[in-house]
This record gives sequence, C-alpha cells and structure tokens, in this order.
Amino acid sequence: MAQLTRRSAKLLEPISAAVSATRHLTTSSTSPITVETSLPFTGHKIDPPSRSVETTPQELLTFFRDMALMRRMEIAADSLYKAKLIRGFCHLYDGQEAVSVGMEAAITKKDCIITAYRDHCIFLGRGGTLFETFAELMGRKDGCSKGKGGSMHFYKKDSGFYGGHGIVGAQVPLGIGLSFAQKYNKDENVTFAMYGDGAANQGQLFEALNMAALWDLPSILVCENNHYGMGTAEWRSAKSPSYFKRGDYAPGLKVDGMDALAVKQACKFAKEHALKNGPIILEMDTYRYHGHSMSDPGSTYRTRDEISGVRQERDPIERIRKLIISHDLATEKELKDTEKEVRKEVDEAIAKAKESPLPDASELFTNVHVKGFGVEAFGADRKELRAVLP
Amino acid sequence: MAAMLQSFGVSSASVAFSDHSAKLSVRSLPVIRSEARSISCPTNGTRCTRKITTKAVAVENPASAASKPGHELLLFEALREGLEEEMERDPRVCVMGEDVGHYGGSYKVTKGLADKYGDLRVLDTPIAENSFTGMAIGAAMTGLRPIIEGMNMGFLLLAFNQISDNCGMLHYTSGGQFTIPTVIRGPGGVGRQLGAEHSQRLESYFQSIPGIQMVACSTPYNAKGLMKAAIRSENPVVLFEHVLLYNLKERIPDEEYVLSLEEAEMVRPGEHVTILTYSRMRYHVMQAAKTLVNKGFDPEVIDIRSLKPFDLYTIGNSVKKTHRVVIVEECMRTGGIGASLTAAINENFHDYLDAPIVCLSSQDVPTPYAGTLEEWTVVQPAQIVAAVEQLCQ
Repeated sequence: MAQLTRRSAKLLEPISAAVSATRHLTTSSTSPITVETSLPFTGHKIDPPSRSVETTPQELLTFFRDMALMRRMEIAADSLYKAKLIRGFCHLYDGQEAVSVGMEAAITKKDCIITAYRDHCIFLGRGGTLFETFAELMGRKDGCSKGKGGSMHFYKKDSGFYGGHGIVGAQVPLGIGLSFAQKYNKDENVTFAMYGDGAANQGQLFEALNMAALWDLPSILVCENNHYGMGTAEWRSAKSPSYFKRGDYAPGLKVDGMDALAVKQACKFAKEHALKNGPIILEMDTYRYHGHSMSDPGSTYRTRDEISGVRQERDPIERIRKLIISHDLATEKELKDTEKEVRKEVDEAIAKAKESPLPDASELFTNVHVKGFGVEAFGADRKELRAVLP
Repeated sequence: MAAMLQSFGVSSASVAFSDHSAKLSVRSLPVIRSEARSISCPTNGTRCTRKITTKAVAVENPASAASKPGHELLLFEALREGLEEEMERDPRVCVMGEDVGHYGGSYKVTKGLADKYGDLRVLDTPIAENSFTGMAIGAAMTGLRPIIEGMNMGFLLLAFNQISDNCGMLHYTSGGQFTIPTVIRGPGGVGRQLGAEHSQRLESYFQSIPGIQMVACSTPYNAKGLMKAAIRSENPVVLFEHVLLYNLKERIPDEEYVLSLEEAEMVRPGEHVTILTYSRMRYHVMQAAKTLVNKGFDPEVIDIRSLKPFDLYTIGNSVKKTHRVVIVEECMRTGGIGASLTAAINENFHDYLDAPIVCLSSQDVPTPYAGTLEEWTVVQPAQIVAAVEQLCQ
C-alpha cells in the first residue's frame, strides 16, 4: 500500500492524500509495539526500570503530532516576540518537548504538574489550547490568565496544571504542598514538581525534599537538565552535576529527556514509586535550542556546532519520526502533511488571538482579593468604602 | 476641690504607671478592663470621680464570676479556642509550623491540638520557613486551608518570596483561578530584651504586598474573632500577634462570634483628639489616656486592628469629629504602618484636620538588648501624653 502511494504519487495525488488521511485516522490501532529506549536508565538507590517500553501506533502518532505542534508553537512565539507582539520575558521550550509529551502519556489529569517559567508546552500538554496560549502571550483578555499573568504565569486548574512561576525554585515547595494536599485528601494521585539544572542549586529544593521524604509525600521532583542555567553551564555552577543523585536519601533516576518513550517509562515508574514510597527525583537529560529566553541569543556560552549537533542526533521529533517510519505506521509524506496541518493550526490560532481584545481597564483591580466571605464587611479593596462621608 | 482631685488623679496615675511597668514582665500583664472607660459625664462636662480598675487580676470572687455570662481566658487560649473551633468545623483547616504539634506551640497556641487531630493536621515542620510556607501555599492552591505559624514573625522574612509572590499574587496572576486561603500568624513586636532579630515588626515590610490582608489582635476577644475570620477568609491573611500580650486575661462570650477583618475597634469614644493605635501600643495609649483624662482631655482611642486595608470609615468619622490625629505605633518611623496611615488620612480627610497628624513610632534602630535602651526605642505613655498636650494646645 505504501509502495503504491509513493510510486503513483503524482498521478493519484489527491486520492492518495485522501487515502493517507484516512489511513492516518484509522491507525488508531492499539496493537502494542515494544521499543527500546535510546539509553539505559541510571538509578540512584533504586533499581531502574527496563529499557523496553510498550507503546502503540496511536501513541506514537500522537507523540509526533503533539511535539510538532509544540515545536511549531514555540517557533511562532519567537516570530511574534521579534514582531514585538509578545513583550517582556519569553522562555521557549523547543528541544525539550519530549519531556512534556512523555510525562502526559504516563499520567492522568488528576495528577498535578507544576513548573517554572518555561511552561508554554506543558500547558499545552495539560490540555490548554493554542488560542489561550497566544492570547495570554500577547496580553489579551482571552488568555488563560486573562492577560494578567503573561508568559511565565500559565495555569489550568481543572487539569491539574499549577503553573507557571517566575522565581527560580520557588515552585518546588509549592509542588510539595500539592502532594501534601494529595496525601491529606488520600486521593492516590501524584505531583510532578519540575525545575531546571539552575534551580537545582536552590536551598528550598532540599528543604522541600526533606519534608517530602519525612512524610512520604507522593511527589516526583523532575529536573529538566538542559545543561545551562541561562548562560552558566552546569559544570560551572554545580559541584555535583548528577542531579538525580543530589537527593541523597531520596532515590533518583537519570533519563534521556530527548526520548519521549524513555520519559514515559520513567514517569510511570516514578508514579508507582511515589505512591508507595515517597519522593523520587527524575533527571531528564534534555536540551533547549533557543537561548534561555528571547533576550538571550544562546550562542555566547555554547557553540553553534553543539546546538546543531544535538539537533542532528538527539532531536525528539526526529526520533519519533524514524520510529514511525521504521515501523511503517505512516509515510514520510504523511508526517510532513501533519506538520503542515499543525502549522496551519498554529497560524489560525495566532490570527484569532490577534483579534482578541486587550483587557478592560477595570481588570486592573479584579482578582486582587476574593470579595466577601460571609461576615458582613466591605470588600478588602481600599477602593471600596462602606459609606461616603458627607 | 478641683486641685485636690487633680493631685489625686495625678498621683494615682503615676502610681498606676510605676505599678504597671513593674508588672510588665512577660508573664504577668494586668488586664485592662474595657468596661470602666469613659469617665467624663456628658451632661455637665465635669469629671466624675469614678475609679478605674487598673489592676484587675484573676477572678477573686468565683461566685460572681459564675453568674456573669461568658468565660475567662488568656489571649493565647482565645487564639487556640478560635483555631480549634475552626478545625472542628472544617476538615480542610490544618496547621503547619515549627513545634506546633507535639510541643504544643512555643506560645502554647496549638497545645493539645496534635493529640486531637493527628500529626498530619497539626504538622511539625523542620526549620525551613521558606519551603514550609511554600508548601502551605501549594496546599492552599488545591483547596486546603493551612495556617502557617512563624515561631517569631521575624523568621518569616525567610519566607518573604513565598508570601509576596505566591501568597499575595497568585490569585491575580492566575486570572482568578486559584485562591490562597492561608493564615500566616505568629508573635512579633518588641518583647522583653529579646534582642534585635527577635523584636521585629513585619507589618511594615508586608504592607505593600498586593493581595494579602493584615490584621493585628490586641485582646482575647478580638484575637479569637480575628483568628476565626482569618481562617474563613478566602484571601491570605497575616495575623500579627504580640509576644507580650499572650497572657492578657479577659472574659469572652460563650457563643460563637466572628469579627470583621476590615473593621477598627472603638476602644474609648472621645471628643478632643483621635488616637489611632494597634496591638501592644493600645495599652500604652490607654495608660496615657488615663493621665490625659485626669488632665482634662478627652481622647478618642481607636484600635485600628485592620492594618491592610485601613478602616477609613471608622477612622474618617472620628477625624471628622475631633479634627486632630495622633498615631501611636510600634513600627519604625520609616515606612511603617503609621507612615501609610498618615498618608491615607491626609489624602482622604485633609479638610477635616485642624493640625498636622502626629505620628509616634519606634526609633529607626535595631532593638537593643539593654532594658533601658529598649524602653526608649518604643513609644512610652509619657510621650503620648506630651504629644497630645502639644497637639491640643
């Protein structure tokens, strides 16, 4: 079938397109495929899970599409920033998509995720829409935080995404708090508290880990090690760059963060562990192609060869593409079509977001306090007096 | 006659003062009863010779105590009562802090609660203010209602980032998705020679944080009421207690009551001057008020209670009546609550003022250890009397 479409591509293009489209959609087959992860896992005080990961064609195609969507979104955000439609800080996630996508495949929306400011793709993974993302980035009122948060403050309460935080490391104690609440409520879910290799040197992480371990809280600390804390390489800021070992008494696992299936396996393993035994640290060995943020070219502290080298050899989307093709789940062309589709989706979302209005001036004062709680009082907002003096 | 009365008034006031200061050790502050307050007869303007109870101690006549409604307790017990009632009422309420559980709280506010509610609900945290405050805020994001105890308010400076960014701002930056119903409480203020780092007044640092509410309790009655209100509030509330006020005794109602977080308390109505104060300085003001009354002044004393936002309604009505304002606070001169209150009153009620606002605050120095120096750091009743006399000339 694949041969046919390729050979008579030119003649039967429209038909083949339709055929391949239907084949795409009907490949919702869940027949298991076993894939070996690129690298074995390294464990610290724990036996690492096996390298063989069970997956399905549907899952692989979903991975591809989701990662392509995320990649496209981040590139589009780059252009929007340069066009000055996005202002302030904009931290892009391209290169690291596998972490978000792999994690989502292993967990449910009842599990909580909290991360720092590199949160656009994780928000998407948690069920956020492109429209909400772009509207928020451009400061419009249809954004996920009504335009009042910005790039670093994406949240989605109904699907357990707790943000979106600007201060490095401050989200990890919050994450431990989320898992505290999960334990308090006995709801058998876990929290993934994500942070970077730069944040791994924050004291509050160790404080939080201590408490999580003390009380067996179902928390998983995920270090997205992209090897650079803005401009400082990990070997220049950490005496011990083995972040998965830094937990000391808490077990750790080192994972190839560019391999979505490895991430999925590790997160599944970690969730089982955390529910029974308390915190575990996952170190995702990943890489970001962009600089730290849009104000950082990303080439003053690393060579362009390094960046293109990683792109050639470890790119997460390429890996899934190769897997899909080698297992004959889709053709090269179909995948390219998916990418085109995704591009169109992103462009449409941007166009729609550009139409969205800026927040009203009255929004400046809303949501500072929650008004009224039963005891008779005027709102906790100095603008509101109970009575006007004559 | 008047001269005799006058001298009697003066001497009794000075006796009271020295008695008062001798008794002002950490564990034995006399109760300032709120009943015997106004001693000026409104009808003919003369002063009555009604005696003011300056040294009401533990109930001397049990029989008479039983006949009065309500029950007597100390301020820390009132806080505990409020806390316990709220924990009973709502299973989401939990406490976190250092030594709150098994130890019972360093000021006994949480004594017995861990035995009753378990170790998870009354959580003994390690000494990690930044992260356990963050942890409580994270728990609050999911719907729990944690009460964070700072063993001393000064230690919460370590958690400033969490309190400012996550506690105060998350409701706004998430576009209203998350509410943070936490209560952050603990003793602060200048104690008895506790040293500079343990005598801090954090209300001046926290007051700019958008999104939080701040209240200061000063009597067992308002301590319990404010504690309950703070727990029930959907907003993050910082409840400032004072190290020296924990052993105040008062009779409070048996029935359940919750006070408003945004209202000030009229301690003593008057006509000549409005004295605004809060927390421990209320007692210095009341002492000065006695002297002032004996000297023929009629001060109106308001315990502002709500430090953020200010109860401009009560304060405004008072300013409209008296046209003169003295603020007595324990914060430092620079950037304290008094500074903000001065600005707020000037902005809103400028036309009603007959004279510039006088703000008496602590000195802009780290609190020294030596007793006499420490006394001079803080506003004393004599200074309040002098300020009012000068203002009302």
